[in-house]
Amino acid sequence: MSTDAYPEISFESRMSSVEFRVSEQAHITVDGKKCADCSTRGCITACPANLFVPTADGGILFNYELCFECGTCYMVCNEEGAITWSYPEGGHGVVFHSS
Amino acid sequence: MSNSDVPDVDVPDFDVVVVGAGPAGSAAALELARAGRSVCLLERGPYPGSKNMYGGVIYGRVLDSLIPNWWEEAPIQRWVTRRSTMLMTGNQALTVDYRSNTWGEAPYNGATAFRPDFDAWLAAKAEAAGAVLICSTTATGLLRDGQRVVGVRTDRPDGDLTARVVICCDGVNSFLAKEAGLYPPSDPANYTLGVKETIALPREVIDERFAVRGNHGVDIEILGCTGKVPGGGFLYTNAESLAVGLVLSLPELAKCGRRPEEILAELKSHPAIAPLIEGGEVKEYSAHMIPEAGYKMMPELIGDGILVAGDAAAMCLAAGIWLEGVNFAIGSGAAAGQAAARAVQRRDTSTAGLGDYRRRLEANFVMTDHRKLKDAPHLVMSDLAQQQLPRIACGVMEQLFTVTNPEPKPGLRKIIRSQMKLNNLKLRDAISQGVKALRTYG
Repeated sequence: MSTDAYPEISFESRMSSVEFRVSEQAHITVDGKKCADCSTRGCITACPANLFVPTADGGILFNYELCFECGTCYMVCNEEGAITWSYPEGGHGVVFHSS
Repeated sequence: MSNSDVPDVDVPDFDVVVVGAGPAGSAAALELARAGRSVCLLERGPYPGSKNMYGGVIYGRVLDSLIPNWWEEAPIQRWVTRRSTMLMTGNQALTVDYRSNTWGEAPYNGATAFRPDFDAWLAAKAEAAGAVLICSTTATGLLRDGQRVVGVRTDRPDGDLTARVVICCDGVNSFLAKEAGLYPPSDPANYTLGVKETIALPREVIDERFAVRGNHGVDIEILGCTGKVPGGGFLYTNAESLAVGLVLSLPELAKCGRRPEEILAELKSHPAIAPLIEGGEVKEYSAHMIPEAGYKMMPELIGDGILVAGDAAAMCLAAGIWLEGVNFAIGSGAAAGQAAARAVQRRDTSTAGLGDYRRRLEANFVMTDHRKLKDAPHLVMSDLAQQQLPRIACGVMEQLFTVTNPEPKPGLRKIIRSQMKLNNLKLRDAISQGVKALRTYG
């Protein structure tokens, strides 16, 4: 299938359609040492918000701010406990309106 | 609220704390408040429904006994009067389209709705009945007295809340049910990721494109649109927007090397879908995890002073021809609320004292449907249903309706046989899977 026919929006404008009330406190932490040893890196592909990005030195850069709070990252994480994940503090994080 | 490390269990803050004001939690709180119990309904989002999205239809029959004539006031988008199932390949689509105008009249069948609207409406019902709704507050853990659950810790200062029963309606990740030891270690194969775009279009354009009028709407479920990743797609109508999305198996998604929005872009560009959404503007993108495996992944539902309901208990029904969740959340939440109310009244909120929850679930559709359809999620995610069925079905249609004059028409049996061969489906496997499907759905 070709995706040319539909003018697909950029990832940035896709994410700008979502409201995030960003907390000062990160609700995701990533153990970079474990990531460096990880060969599968499912989080990079599966996170719907694209919050996990590989770095040139073999690590993973992550960002907690525009998170859907779905839990996919820790669920597909192959390295035991590399991703620690909890809910953001009350009243913060993603806020849906038309879903 | 108690500040001490060992909470005073004799005088709890509430009879029951319900964690999560989604459909399960609000149904539980509503039942408890009506039974005269003091109940706190905790919600971590700024309003109920703010963390919630879904794949499209709320079946309201379960509400009839909770809120008579609910359809006169529930904030719905459209009543589904056309239910389509689409099997697709890269450039083909075979659709079974059923229309019933009966579904567009009271008492209705299914509705599309925005979860932030619907969930807030249901939570307000619980509040009106006497439940105390507290938003913007995350339950961070359980309070215990030995093994017994006696409340929750929250992220508010001095935010411990003690109760005789905690009902976990905290969604698919349910950290509370996990903390209580009610779940075995999670298997990602039991979960899917749902992603969805809400696409704004004028009402008249939607009415024309989907051949519906007034507040009638369409729900299309799609198989064969997720490439190598087991899953499915959906497209449904809201009043002035469409929702198009995918459900994707977690382990395969993680391995496939393609991101969810790329697979969704491919569905949106499919010749059967593109003309329906053309010109629309993405109003909101959303994502959520789904407990896909149903009965086989359910946790222990009852512990000492604790119950689990809704997605937290894997009550979502992903059975292919039936894709339901909100109704199972409401059904299980209401049963949990009734059982907790009875246990509090009898002053026995132990595991045995709360056993009525399980009996109530077994006696109605929630556990009956789930047990009957326990093999369905696996069947739907099988290679046969995901890869071979859409290709064979579309291939048969292509051959059946392509007029090959001057060649005479091939017989149907020959067409089916050639399509099965083309897609490496052996008759033996087709029969054994067919028998399994009949056993499951029959």
